[in-house]
Amino acid sequence: MHEMSLAEGIRQIVEEAARNQGFGRVRTVVLEIGQLAAVEPDSLRFCFDAVMKGGPADGAVLQIDRVPGRGWCAQCAAHVDIAELYDPCPRCGSYRVQVSGGTEMRVKELEIE
Amino acid sequence: MCNVCGCGAGETRIDGHLQEEGVRQGRPGDAPTGWRVAHAHGAVHYGHGPAGAQAPGMSQARMLSIEKGILSRNDALAEENRHWLAGRGILALNLVSSPGAGKTTLLVRTIQALQARVPVSVVEGDQQTSFDAERIRATGAPALQINTGKGCHLDALMVGQALGRLAPPAESVLLIENVGNLVCPAAFDLGERAKVVVLSVTEGDDKPLKYPDMFAAASLMLINKTDLLPYVDFNVDKAIDFALRVNPALVVIPVSATTGAGFDAWLDWVGAHLDEARAAARLPAGLAVDGGA
Repeated sequence: MHEMSLAEGIRQIVEEAARNQGFGRVRTVVLEIGQLAAVEPDSLRFCFDAVMKGGPADGAVLQIDRVPGRGWCAQCAAHVDIAELYDPCPRCGSYRVQVSGGTEMRVKELEIE
Repeated sequence: MCNVCGCGAGETRIDGHLQEEGVRQGRPGDAPTGWRVAHAHGAVHYGHGPAGAQAPGMSQARMLSIEKGILSRNDALAEENRHWLAGRGILALNLVSSPGAGKTTLLVRTIQALQARVPVSVVEGDQQTSFDAERIRATGAPALQINTGKGCHLDALMVGQALGRLAPPAESVLLIENVGNLVCPAAFDLGERAKVVVLSVTEGDDKPLKYPDMFAAASLMLINKTDLLPYVDFNVDKAIDFALRVNPALVVIPVSATTGAGFDAWLDWVGAHLDEARAAARLPAGLAVDGGA
């Protein structure tokens, strides 16, 4: 259940922004979660609602934008799309694909009032 | 795609089988819940799909760009730990595995083999008890137990505090035994030089595909309990093939913490990384703080 720790990380970022920018309430928290990141969006939603209680993002909508997985195929010497960490290269079928994108877990923006 | 009902592809499955999209794009009333029971054929699975809930009334408020990693606080603390360790030429390894893969037995034998040559200290992570730290201390090596309570992983703050209390000497080896959990510790950088994942032959040889995040995050995989290979249905070549699919750069060493088989290769790997850590700390300041990945 590291999604609970992730939700706490989100709350810290929201509270820091609220202090620095002087806003009261957050309507929407927009996250960018890579398709290959070690996080389950539904678990995160569950934890998000619990962890945001009593803070600036209490009751806020959580919007999760997925970023597609990308890998570097050593065989093709090219960037390719992958949906799982263990996917082969869609061009040549080789498993020598090093993940190059889609692992991010970021707070992208906040909709504030 | 689910081959029973044709629902969309997801990331986790129960009964090997996929669930319908629970959250539809652009429908404000669609409050997502933590999990759903769906299909008539009784399968349940968690978390996938676009999850793109839209906020109502977007135009009436303003958007504030944040662009910050969710784990940025942990990552910053991990960098502090890495800097501290790098400046002292200490090799820190983060050992991760399922519960029962033999991490503590492996550590005990490793310490016994290393401690004549280099000081070794240990951070032990478990939810409860100090059993493991006591086993380590019996070797003569200093060990600090961290109990995470309900927590499922060590984080960089815990390790930073442990560094202050353990005070490992310069140019030594610090072994961090993470909580037995093949999922969560993958995401939390502790400031280590490398993650070492331990897979034992009493587990399934398909674990690298079932828990790919950890094998992707590790630099070295130790296949432990090889002395039990005659008695179990574990295909070493298959396990290695699966692990390399997830992480083509992974180094693999089969070992037995009970008999010591394969330990020469493992100790050589530790020695080579210790040499690197020591050499980096002897570089002029500014070049030495990088610490490696």
